Amino acid sequence: MLLLAPLLIPLVTALLTAVLPAHPRLRRGLSLAGVLLLLGAALALLVAVGPAGRLSVALGDWPLPFAIQFVADGLSAALVLVAALLGLTVLLYQFATEPANREAPGLQPLVQGLLAAVVAVFLAADLFNLYVWFELLLMATLGLLLLGGRPWQAEAALKYFALSMLGTLLMLAAVGLIYGASGQLNFGALAVASQAPGVAPGLTLFVVMLLLAVLLKAGAFPLFAWLPASYHTLSPPLLALVGGLLTKVAIYVMLRLSGQVFSATPAFLYEALGWLAMLTLVTGVLGAAYHWDLRRILAFHIVSQIGYLLLGIALATPAGAAGTAFFLIHNILVKANLFLLAGLIWLSAGHPDLRRIGGLYLARPWLALLFLLNAFSLVGVPPSSGFWGKFLLVQEAFAQQRFLWGGLALGVGLLTLYSMSKIWLEGFWKPHPDPTRLAGSQPQGDGGPRLAYAAVTFSTLLVLALGLYPQPLIDWLQQATAGYWAGFGPA
Amino acid sequence: MTLILMITISLTVAAGVLLLLSRDLFRTLVGLAVLGSAVNLTVFLAGRPGSLTPPLIPPGLDRLPAGAADPLPQALVLTAIVIGFALLCFALVLGAWISQRAGHTEVDRLRLSEPPAKDPLKPTILKE
Repeated sequence: MLLLAPLLIPLVTALLTAVLPAHPRLRRGLSLAGVLLLLGAALALLVAVGPAGRLSVALGDWPLPFAIQFVADGLSAALVLVAALLGLTVLLYQFATEPANREAPGLQPLVQGLLAAVVAVFLAADLFNLYVWFELLLMATLGLLLLGGRPWQAEAALKYFALSMLGTLLMLAAVGLIYGASGQLNFGALAVASQAPGVAPGLTLFVVMLLLAVLLKAGAFPLFAWLPASYHTLSPPLLALVGGLLTKVAIYVMLRLSGQVFSATPAFLYEALGWLAMLTLVTGVLGAAYHWDLRRILAFHIVSQIGYLLLGIALATPAGAAGTAFFLIHNILVKANLFLLAGLIWLSAGHPDLRRIGGLYLARPWLALLFLLNAFSLVGVPPSSGFWGKFLLVQEAFAQQRFLWGGLALGVGLLTLYSMSKIWLEGFWKPHPDPTRLAGSQPQGDGGPRLAYAAVTFSTLLVLALGLYPQPLIDWLQQATAGYWAGFGPA
Repeated sequence: MTLILMITISLTVAAGVLLLLSRDLFRTLVGLAVLGSAVNLTVFLAGRPGSLTPPLIPPGLDRLPAGAADPLPQALVLTAIVIGFALLCFALVLGAWISQRAGHTEVDRLRLSEPPAKDPLKPTILKE
């Protein structure tokens, strides 16, 4: 029950907010209660599991390789908590900036559905179950993209749908083929079956298919076109939720599948993954350097950050896995914060295009401070959370003699700094080209601007805590990922 | 049986990819649907259709005899068909709405969400 609660709470909340003939405020109240309950359940799960522990539920009392299984270990429990925290921040921000009476009726159910799918992917231990939750994730995101009903949002949703659907089909085909070759869908049973001498060679191609599908969902190098085409059409709180969680969920699946389930995958695949990670890093950050729209700059930075996460997986050691896990948690929070701050910059200065705004350093000093803290963390200036994430990854890359990979990862940090200084110079230092627009605009929602600022400040404090006191989390994640790639080292 | 299915799957995948590469909006969506059918057939193939050994575990054994038919992929395919059908209907409505608004069905000309850059790209600070 403890294990299923974080999955059931958002699902039930999504149903309730969808079917009750509700007043918008009641819907918001229900949604907030759901997220608070989820937060409690996630905390309880985290305490019950512990860093190296493991909780498992087999549904319907079937014996194990047949039953649909859910498993929580130290890593997934920590990620469920992070998703719940992000959900809370985003909801408070959304209440503060968007008036309740103009909210689309589908918004709260879709947000809860997205949270349910994300939590379920973190906990699923069955390949086909995983595919179903990815479908729910796709549907919820598609709904969120279309909520505004604008023509450009519809086009973005179509582009997102076409590529994601291709990934989903690839994933389904791979699931079927893997089942055909090994006779198993359960993660534990697959881990055993994939190392059996008769099965392993035939399985490699299908595993590559599966990982390719997950890479598409993660937005890795040649397959990321859906991300910058669609993300920026979302409203800021939804952008923070989707941009913070969606691609990172795929990275988590990648880490679990390659590190625990198919850990006998040949080493040359990790070599290939490493170079893909490098290409993702560089293309993402260059794409960001080209753009002027705040949201599009940050959307391209998601692609670049995915490169760091893939680098940790390509190193294929417990230390690389721990680095990826730390970077994952850091990146979910920082990225969402930056998207929320981009929303506040837009509200305060009147436009998301950097060329048409400015002067925020004088007009909104607190906003400037929050942006600076999160931007430094994204760049990885010590002692921010991004610094520790990159430190763990680059240290492991150098320990494996991957000097080019580690060096490129550090160099891309400089280009990230370029993008962040661009936002700083243009949005905060430069005088506003039309100062009349700077004075009047304030968030239009329920709690006023204070609630939105409070939500982002809370989330920024989490990022600061991660940066100033990272050792407990690093220890936790190192224990949680100690068994990854057991008995397998890169050649 | 397996051979027939394999040939069918290859032809369906080829047709799906051909449609998917088209620049027409609806051909692309139909291509995704055709590709989806090919994938469903692939999963179906994993259940060893055509095997005459029933999926029953004989007394004294703890697993299916080798080469027995497997009903599980059929359950998986059913789930996948339902999800795929719903998503396809949704996408077709979306496509119809977009093409009605835009007045054409060419994917290349749908640039509302990613307008081509027309403003100068140099930072305003550096222009002086």
